[in-house]
Amino acid sequence: RGRPDEQALTFRRSKMTTSFTKMLSGRNTAMLLASLGAGTMATAYLMTDSNTVSAEQRRKLYPPSADFPDLRKHNNCMAHALTPAIYAKLRDKVTPNNWTLDQCIQTGVDNPGHPFIKTVGMVAGDEESYEVFADIFDPVIKDRHNGYDPRTMKHPTDLDASKITNGVFDEKYVLSSRVRTGRSIRGLSLPPCCSRSERREVERVAVQALAGLKGDLAGRYYSLGDMTEKEQQQLIDDHFLFDKPVSPLLTCAFMARDWPDGRGIWHNNEKTFLIWINEEDHTRVISMEKGGNMKRVFERFCRGLQQVEKLIKERGWEFMWNEHLGYILTCPSNLGTGLRAGVHVKLPNLSRDNRFGKILENLRLQKRGTGGVDTAATGDTFDISNNDRLGKSEVELVQLVIDGVNYLIECEKKLERGQDIKVPAPIGQFRK
Amino acid sequence: MAKNVHNDYKMKFSVDEEYPDLSLHNNHMAKVLTKEMYSKLRSKSTPSGFTLDDCIQTGVDNPGHPFIMTVGCVAGDEESYEVFKDLFDPIISDRHGGYKPTDKHKTDLNFENLKGGDDLDPAYVLSSRVRTGRSIKGYTLPPHNSRAERRMVEKLSIEALATLDGEFKGKYYPLNGMTDAEQDQLINDHFLFDKPVSPLLLAAGMARDWPDARGIWHNESKSFLVWVNEEDHLRVISMEKGGNMKEVFRRFCVGLNKIEEIFKKHNHGFMWNEHLGFVLTCPSNLGTGLRGGVHVKLPKLSTHPKFEEILTRLRLQKRGTGGVDTASVGGIFDISNADRLGSSEVQQVQLVVDGVKLMVEMEKKLEKGESIDGMIPAQK
Repeated sequence: RGRPDEQALTFRRSKMTTSFTKMLSGRNTAMLLASLGAGTMATAYLMTDSNTVSAEQRRKLYPPSADFPDLRKHNNCMAHALTPAIYAKLRDKVTPNNWTLDQCIQTGVDNPGHPFIKTVGMVAGDEESYEVFADIFDPVIKDRHNGYDPRTMKHPTDLDASKITNGVFDEKYVLSSRVRTGRSIRGLSLPPCCSRSERREVERVAVQALAGLKGDLAGRYYSLGDMTEKEQQQLIDDHFLFDKPVSPLLTCAFMARDWPDGRGIWHNNEKTFLIWINEEDHTRVISMEKGGNMKRVFERFCRGLQQVEKLIKERGWEFMWNEHLGYILTCPSNLGTGLRAGVHVKLPNLSRDNRFGKILENLRLQKRGTGGVDTAATGDTFDISNNDRLGKSEVELVQLVIDGVNYLIECEKKLERGQDIKVPAPIGQFRK
Repeated sequence: MAKNVHNDYKMKFSVDEEYPDLSLHNNHMAKVLTKEMYSKLRSKSTPSGFTLDDCIQTGVDNPGHPFIMTVGCVAGDEESYEVFKDLFDPIISDRHGGYKPTDKHKTDLNFENLKGGDDLDPAYVLSSRVRTGRSIKGYTLPPHNSRAERRMVEKLSIEALATLDGEFKGKYYPLNGMTDAEQDQLINDHFLFDKPVSPLLLAAGMARDWPDARGIWHNESKSFLVWVNEEDHLRVISMEKGGNMKEVFRRFCVGLNKIEEIFKKHNHGFMWNEHLGFVLTCPSNLGTGLRGGVHVKLPKLSTHPKFEEILTRLRLQKRGTGGVDTASVGGIFDISNADRLGSSEVQQVQLVVDGVKLMVEMEKKLEKGESIDGMIPAQK
């Protein structure tokens, strides 16, 4: 059931190529500028239409100040960055897909946040959002990514897994290893904004490309709406199945519309390479295995990503990327590499040491419970992964996790032996 | 409120590409929305930019329940019912007992036309309540409105309500700004409404910017209550303990008429037309938007095999005492009118008054061990 009919696809694809080519050529300037990360307002449009109230009249009736959200109780990056002046400048602008500032920030308005956790509070509806609304995205990106300035700084992309050293952990401590990222298909709007046809096109493009993977990467696709109960149960048992989002952070950002239309899961036969389609991003790519061979996990990750990219390029598609923001994803927190590399690791002694938090902080690592973000750790097993996404390459971040986890294991061993441990010096944040 | 460019962009995709998958759906919208209808309507937009996809999103996202038939679409503004007539008319007909596009709806808020209603036995009828909704002309509705519009609706409402006096003198409590003490009191009085959790409302965009510009107004005697910017611009409620539905309805009509006068003076009357009556967000509330009901003890009657049939014949519906979708507790039911469109306020409340009176008599008969077969009413 997972493999789409090649002939039908080719026919549809050629029809879609024509209509997409037309659309793409129509927005070429915007896309070109977007892909260069150009710092101009050339991609912004002010819409007027003689059939409706003119922009001037509307502005008089409802000036931006009348619409400015009440953010006094809010604690997220958007709320801290959005001033009435920025709002007034951007309120009436639209991206080429008609996405507005209000739509970007709706999730942050509706979710004031937690006093201790600072959420981002805004999303992009398309690639152009990051440009059209740069006046608000840039400070949010700076806040979230430790001062990274998209106007002046460049993000390095490096998917050469051969550079990784010491990437095999002691399996007495590391139970599993995993690397994930996301990829967006250029020319199609993102999950908060996309129409049903765009979402279905993302599914088609991705599934067709994945059908071309061979060897250890060969696999199959399970559409969320069409899978059998047996397939569903298997995917649950494998911990692969994703469900309709319940987090208000996502539902308020319009990402659950039309569920489960156009959503699905692809995985290879060996169950070590997994793609989520149309969940929070166009695609989420995950490489994983039990045990401590992070080098192999990352090698497969890079190989898989590069092959998928080659396969979509053959059909005239590409990933959203530019040299300032790296890979473009829905949430600004996932810009750059969009990469989270992590392990499930047993640290019974270290986790009880009151220096644990500081050690993690200096190593630029974060801990989560083994259920993922927002879960608490059970027992002595932690999910340890990189904090950063933007400003360092994939290779650098994975190496950072490897070196950091090796250090944590050394600390654990020392404490087992009754020896003392040292808090390491803090790691620098951006490549010099 | 600009021209919807994204909707124009979607026209480049075929109908087949955009048409929603409704194969698992059981709501009014899914029943009527064919590909042909979708094709005809999808390029349209109301003057404020509301589109067909906006109307139906809630129905696409909520396939429905096999036993309960939800509506599955909402209006974003007054014009939605006109621009998307082809969609709304068959749904209205289906939901409102065959109401035709050419039918006229009668509005009657003259409480003196109600017969009886002051003699419901308080040993059985614990409380009486009448509610309706009102939309303010010139503003878009909760699924679509901007923060500025919602705040204007609140501002106008506060101004209007502040001029009421006598039995209607009261106070406004904005959701975002009430003290803890005020909040506790409103909860204890069962007045406080909270951010919607129902996916039917959330998927229709009605909880955006919560709790901005939402609030509760009530009079000093706590018998007349107005909700601002929940599921509709205004929800107006008259209530009291006991069975004096006549008084509840009098206060309802008098209060509503006073409020309407004030809004009209400011050139912002209520959305109303002679075909659909009062225009509200959900098509199920068109017409009177009125739900008049009681909390009544019917432990024996409710377990009688003919209970459902009796309700149907009396044109009444039952709910648990927590409101729609709750179960009854201790044999106490919320009994109210089933109809909204095609009959007037007086007619609908009359049905409640007459029907509840009859059911209480049936309950008393059953208590004495007597049969009620001779009392089963004809279909109203």
